[in-house]
Amino acid sequence: MAAPLTLLLLVAVTVRAALYRSSLADLISERVEVVSPLTAWKRVVEGLALLDLGVSPYSGDVFHETPLIIYLFHFLVDYAEITFMLADVITAVALYLSVKDYNKQVFRKQKYALEADRYPLDCLELIRSPKEMQYIPLKVAMFYLLNPFTILSCVAKSTCGLNNAVIALFVLSTIKGNVLLSAIFLSLATYQSIYPLTLCAAALLYLLQRQYIPVNLRRFSFWWFVAQYAFMYLGSLFVIVGLSFFLLGSWDFLPSVYGFILSVPDLTPNIGLFWYFFAEMFEHFRLFFLCVFQINVFFYTVPLSIKLKEHPVFLIFMQLAVISIFKSYPTVGDIALYMAFLPVWSHLHRFLRNIFLVSCVLLACSALFPVLWHLWIYAGSANSNFYYAITLLFNVAQILLVSDYFYAFLRREHHLSHGLYLKRKDGSEATLVLK
Amino acid sequence: GCPKDDFQEELVIRPLHSGDIYASFQFRTLWETDFMRGNKVSHYRLFPKSLGQVISKFSVRELHISFTQGYWRTMQWGQPFLPSPPGAELWVWFQDSVTDVDGTWKELTNVLSGIFCASLNFIDSTNTVQPSASFKPLGIGNVTDHRFLRYATLPREIVCTENLTPWKKLLPCGSKAGLAVLLKSEKLFHSSFHSQAVHIRPVCQDWQCKTTSWELRQTLNVVFDLHTPGQGKLEWSLFKMFSRTLTEACPLASSSKIYIDITDDPQGEQFEVSPATHLLSQAMVLGDRRTFSVYDLTQQITFGTVRSLNLLIRWKSRDMLRPLLHAERYVAGYGLQTGEIHTLMYNNHPYRSFPVLLLDSVPWYLRLYIHTLTVTSKGKDNKPSYIHYQPSKDRVRPHLLEMLVQLPPNSVTEVTVQFERALLKWTEYTPDPNHGFYVGSSVISSLVPSIVAMDTNSTREQPLFSSFFPCKEESSYFMRVYTEPLLVNLPTPDFSMPYNVICLTCTVVAVGYGSLYNLLTRSFQIEEPSPGLAKRIANIIRKMRGVPPL
Repeated sequence: MAAPLTLLLLVAVTVRAALYRSSLADLISERVEVVSPLTAWKRVVEGLALLDLGVSPYSGDVFHETPLIIYLFHFLVDYAEITFMLADVITAVALYLSVKDYNKQVFRKQKYALEADRYPLDCLELIRSPKEMQYIPLKVAMFYLLNPFTILSCVAKSTCGLNNAVIALFVLSTIKGNVLLSAIFLSLATYQSIYPLTLCAAALLYLLQRQYIPVNLRRFSFWWFVAQYAFMYLGSLFVIVGLSFFLLGSWDFLPSVYGFILSVPDLTPNIGLFWYFFAEMFEHFRLFFLCVFQINVFFYTVPLSIKLKEHPVFLIFMQLAVISIFKSYPTVGDIALYMAFLPVWSHLHRFLRNIFLVSCVLLACSALFPVLWHLWIYAGSANSNFYYAITLLFNVAQILLVSDYFYAFLRREHHLSHGLYLKRKDGSEATLVLK
Repeated sequence: GCPKDDFQEELVIRPLHSGDIYASFQFRTLWETDFMRGNKVSHYRLFPKSLGQVISKFSVRELHISFTQGYWRTMQWGQPFLPSPPGAELWVWFQDSVTDVDGTWKELTNVLSGIFCASLNFIDSTNTVQPSASFKPLGIGNVTDHRFLRYATLPREIVCTENLTPWKKLLPCGSKAGLAVLLKSEKLFHSSFHSQAVHIRPVCQDWQCKTTSWELRQTLNVVFDLHTPGQGKLEWSLFKMFSRTLTEACPLASSSKIYIDITDDPQGEQFEVSPATHLLSQAMVLGDRRTFSVYDLTQQITFGTVRSLNLLIRWKSRDMLRPLLHAERYVAGYGLQTGEIHTLMYNNHPYRSFPVLLLDSVPWYLRLYIHTLTVTSKGKDNKPSYIHYQPSKDRVRPHLLEMLVQLPPNSVTEVTVQFERALLKWTEYTPDPNHGFYVGSSVISSLVPSIVAMDTNSTREQPLFSSFFPCKEESSYFMRVYTEPLLVNLPTPDFSMPYNVICLTCTVVAVGYGSLYNLLTRSFQIEEPSPGLAKRIANIIRKMRGVPPL
């Protein structure tokens, strides 16, 4: 497996290097779909320039990155391209290794279940074989590295790539069972943008499952483990925040970074739902709808965790998707991360209902975004409603994609316990509905 | 006895080389009093009471306010005596006894808004800055902590008769006697450039500065266009410019003079002035020694037998000149996403280079990227020796950029900086959003080398027009140049659609919520198909009959 992976990495790095040297690099780094006020490289350079001028980067409203990014790029600003390519490579390799390990565990569980005769007889065609699962890790790495969204994000030097790398390392360390590293990477991801906090529940469920601790609220072992994980997570978060304080000597970064993410003062257009909504919001209701939209990202955690407590990796996928769709400043780099997981669920495609429609809509919207942006901003013949409409459509398509995969996953689980060919009371073929 | 006060008025008329004519009125009141003392000043004679109360109530040390309509064309008209940017400009130095400068500034702008009938209440923290170097006090004083300085411009402010009338009321003689009778709004506003200003500052009364007095200068600069009256003849008179002639000086004035600049034409070859006068005066102004014909209105013989004075200036030929320092500014780029501000500063001195302080105050919704700032002279990089940059905070304060740039001789220096245009909330746009948003003029302050030695003794008797800016050195004089204001378009949302947008976005969120809710709370069940309508009706009838259903 090492050789195809190395080849894939070489191809990916070559494509990115070629694009860096071309004239498209400047054009891509200005695109609002690829960079947001939180992740733009231009703003990182501006923050470093302000620091050189002797002004705190957080005294203005241009720079919204965390102090550790300032510290990192203070030394690496000349090697920025290599840094972002390395981040993409790290993400791909981390996803590759974690999916490989996950597949091993899935296959092992399946073997035990088969031996224990837990599957009905007619769902043998739903059982997965090692042969079909062999190429999935490579496909995951390929889906991430050769996804046009990822390539655009890397060429634009959006710091979303670094965030993706940290989340991928978190997934790897969780799947390998390393509790401390999982907590540390999750706290790094939360430190950069608040939303990965929701992945805590998924990590906890997975690690509990791996250590054979039953998820029972009355048992001491469950709470002891939760306390350990919470202590490690919160401890590393406080250490990182404290380190940031000592780096610049002030707490200015807290309102500039976290206050900015939560209160959405900058209404630069992007592919998300927040910008136009709050540009047209009545001032009286602004705080109310801001709270509603922010709670919307977080409150799917508990219901999803309850429903998917046996399948924490699918829960991680669902949480990443919910974060990418409903966060305050999404970019295509965030979408690329959860789309990289789709080959892991490739066995579900017989139960997917809307996949053709969804993929057509996603392709069409990706093509229409730059066209309608040009018509609004440069040609002046369209107005903001056109771009906003494509934003709405793109997000609806993503929501349908995610809910389609969720439906297919639940349906397969149902078939695995109740049998594939279901019959009605009178013996004729039955249809399954959600009631 | 009573504190001594003194009032002087003067009018300087300078024919410009393009054929236009520049008239500058200055009215100065000097009053030896102390507004900061405990017991309030109650007896006002020449000094206007409204301004005196403003000074004492808000602990103002210096106040400079100007209202300008039009843009001063330095290339055609040379340098003005008193530069001002288009729109309204207000800068104030407060006394160091003021504890809450921002609160006092807000009250002061509202009170001045009432006094001058202008919408100065639009001055708030989003267009106020505290320059660190560009606006040093023009009067005496030993406090230079720039926390007590506030500077704001409103480039969109329109000047009209409603602003002129309260300004005229501040004069001791009003508009009834003296030079102020010429200030008729129909003619004044029918001009290429019109600027009225009020400057209040403390000055030294004598050489040793043992006593200080408060100086109030009201200035009005106007440039009349050659072609406006429609005659086309190169001839100017007081009646043609102001539709009035002068009949007497203001009785309260200790000096009332008219100066006509005849430096460019000492022998009377280019133009002739009538009625002729033998009074000549020389003064050092803008680094040059200029000669003036003087008309003293306090002397009765000036008015002649007809008891009215109508000066006539008739041109014979024309010429052009180049000013020493001049600047331009424009916005480059296309589209509504990004842009670039270019400021060009021209140094036309053949061999001397001098430093200039450039002050730029850009509103917050044009996000400047200071790492893209480039300063080039003659194609080479010219690094500024002092940069003070205060980044903007959204909806709170604007960008402030001050730089000290050395301009090489006979060169053009270009300062460029890139910006990004922000999308504002729909309530933050003006009712005419496609008109664009104004960016105030840049201010370029510098000490320009003068052609002749300047006189540093500021208490000597001098015409008002040459004694405004304090002169500290002999070899240079202080000059301030304002660039054009910029008009920048921002991307706009659709203003007719707030309700639609809220509904549609909430629909998308509800689609997400609904799909996930269905999948989370429902489970798969085998569907029992419901029988057709005919069968259902048959079943109902069978039930009524007591027979088992189909």
